[in-house]
Amino acid sequence: MKVETMTTESAGGSASTLPLARGAGKSIARTTIFVPGDAAALALGADAVVAAIAAEAARQGISLRLVRNGTRGMVWLEPLVEVATAQGRIAYGPVAAADVPGLFAAGFMTGGAHPKCLGPTDEIPWLARQQRLACRRIGVVDPRSLADYVARGGGEGLRRARAMAPAAIVDAVTGSGLRGRGGAAFPAGIKWRTVLAAPAAQKYIVCNADEGDSGTFSDRMLMEGDPYCLLEGMAIAGLAVGASQGYIYVRSEYPHAVAALDAALEDAGDFLGDFKLEVRKGAGSYVCGEETALLESLEGRRGIVRAKPPLPAISGLFGRPTVINNVITFASVPDILAQGAAAYRDLGCGRSRGTLPFQLAGNIKYGGLVEVPFGLSLRELLYDFGGGSRSGRPLRAVQVGGPLGAYLPAAQFDTLLDYEAFATIGAGLGHGGIVAFDDSVDLAQQARYAMKFCAIESCGKCTPCRIGSTRGVEVIDRIRAGDTRQIELLQELCETMTQGSLCAMGSMTPIPVISALRHFPEDFGDKRT
Amino acid sequence: MESLVTVAPIIEAHRLQPGALLPILHEIQDALGFIPPEAVPQIARELNLSRAEIHGVISYYAHFRLTPPGRHVVRVCCAEACQAVGAQALAEHARTRLAGSEFTLEPVYCLGLCACGPSLQIDETTLHAQVTPQKFDELIAALEAAA
Ligand SMILES: Cc1cc2nc3c(=O)[nH]c(=O)nc-3n(C[C@H](O)[C@H](O)[C@H](O)COP(=O)(O)O)c2cc1C
Ligand code: SF4
Ligand code: FES
Repeated sequence: MKVETMTTESAGGSASTLPLARGAGKSIARTTIFVPGDAAALALGADAVVAAIAAEAARQGISLRLVRNGTRGMVWLEPLVEVATAQGRIAYGPVAAADVPGLFAAGFMTGGAHPKCLGPTDEIPWLARQQRLACRRIGVVDPRSLADYVARGGGEGLRRARAMAPAAIVDAVTGSGLRGRGGAAFPAGIKWRTVLAAPAAQKYIVCNADEGDSGTFSDRMLMEGDPYCLLEGMAIAGLAVGASQGYIYVRSEYPHAVAALDAALEDAGDFLGDFKLEVRKGAGSYVCGEETALLESLEGRRGIVRAKPPLPAISGLFGRPTVINNVITFASVPDILAQGAAAYRDLGCGRSRGTLPFQLAGNIKYGGLVEVPFGLSLRELLYDFGGGSRSGRPLRAVQVGGPLGAYLPAAQFDTLLDYEAFATIGAGLGHGGIVAFDDSVDLAQQARYAMKFCAIESCGKCTPCRIGSTRGVEVIDRIRAGDTRQIELLQELCETMTQGSLCAMGSMTPIPVISALRHFPEDFGDKRT
Repeated sequence: MESLVTVAPIIEAHRLQPGALLPILHEIQDALGFIPPEAVPQIARELNLSRAEIHGVISYYAHFRLTPPGRHVVRVCCAEACQAVGAQALAEHARTRLAGSEFTLEPVYCLGLCACGPSLQIDETTLHAQVTPQKFDELIAALEAAA
């Protein structure tokens, strides 16, 4: 049996040895098996696969080393089992517990042939065609092992940042062209510069890990699969602006991400230096993803949006200058410091520099995480990566950018994926979530849901959002009941919400509604096309 | 009250933490399954807030509850990516199936399992993907059998 000993099985690693009885204490070489502990893999049965592998190994008296890695992002192949062989990591998937005895019989511990064998993981075309930066370690590294993180290039950005002046760190981030990945796409370096320039004894770094948009899971994947990358990015931000305390605000719907971050912090030792970090849980409120509502929530209050100015960069958490960025924004920073701003800036197109981890979701055959430089077309993503619909029916509509994002018809699938190209067609990329619908979708119902969601999640501060969204649901109900004269009223209502709302919850909810109406008027019974 | 015995050390542990209220509420709910209304005056006193403020926070957030949930809490995702693969039919099925049962059914707006929907969460710990009505019935039957 060919085996490979890993150098990473050190302090804090999650690797467990199965079975414990045999060879315990002796340093025998054991094969390493990876079975993701990522939430999506768990939802698809990864724990049962682990139990089956443990049972079969025990039965055969084989000692192996098991790592619960993150997901490679090929969700349709989960649970994806990998084996470390002399030829590199070999993938098998999707593996069911019932497949496990057969895998052993086929010699999967040395990469043996089996109907579920996918060959070397890195050569699977869906992965090989991506250009991963922020997400490059997810699924590869052992998320429970700081030593493994460092062995795979982690920590280099922070090490360099420690030798730099704060302004030089900010310059690197500015020079990379990195824009916020949470939705608003504001240049990260400019935000950091404002906080650096704000005089205060206490400043804060806050990570927005509320990831409320349907169709998005890149933050979750990163926190579960490569938590140290986020911690490192935040520590660099701390050095850049002079902040010694950070908070990660994670939505309560993500208990596995919370556990992964807590475990990483527990084992962080002096990796973060003087930078202190705390994980805080949200409590099921979408609007708490809006940065000022998030700060209110962190301070222990209802998540009501604050009027701006003052910007959080000037007066943020507890009234102090605060950097608040998305998970992927922070996770992009270590490599920018380690590889240099130019390497990042050289990717992408127009004013959209670097890469974006897109998330293919909904009715899509090959769903998951696709990190590529800006500039691909939506069609390439949907068909070349996504393989079309999961149901096998034609794709009819795609919602890009979460619940406040536009519904796009097939006629717009050739739009290039960059911030400006999307703005041109009245849409946005948001956090990179792409939700596909086949031809059974009813866009009037989707428009109704957009209004309903706003009504449920509105923080209640302004009338157009709070009342307008409820009216919107009623008006769409009347339209769906056949009263198409109400369409004009719906358009006026949307105009009022767009103009009169304090934050994007109210002002952007009309985007899915109006785009549905514009591109799919037949679903509203509108014969005026 | 027995619940106050649980609550007191939780408040004490977080009292001096900045923005302590949400961590306190989470820990109480994690321990007891809900936030007992009789704990509210105690929290208010220790954090130097009014009872109305505490109630305001509890009622603002969908996650917190003031009454004990059923034996199991089943959260079905009702957001767009799951809608695209049949979440609405699943939610309706779940409503019918769990009507009058000891289970609490709640909607949730995305679990981050959007490439393998429809998805659901049971008791915050267990996740399930690609849930059909038939698979749903099997999951519920298994929980009922484990009673
Ligand atoms: C209703 C609403 C919800 C939002 N939800 C999120 C979220 O879940 N995650 C996030 O990173 N940003 C979210 N944002 C954007 C934040 O307000 C803010 O722009 C972001 O945290 C800044 O970080 P970035 O520049 O790194 O993107 C939301 C905004 C609005 C209006
Ligand atoms: S637009 Fe809606 S969510 Fe935003 S501040 Fe106004 S009421 Fe609150
Ligand atoms: S939309 Fe259902 S898990 Fe994200």
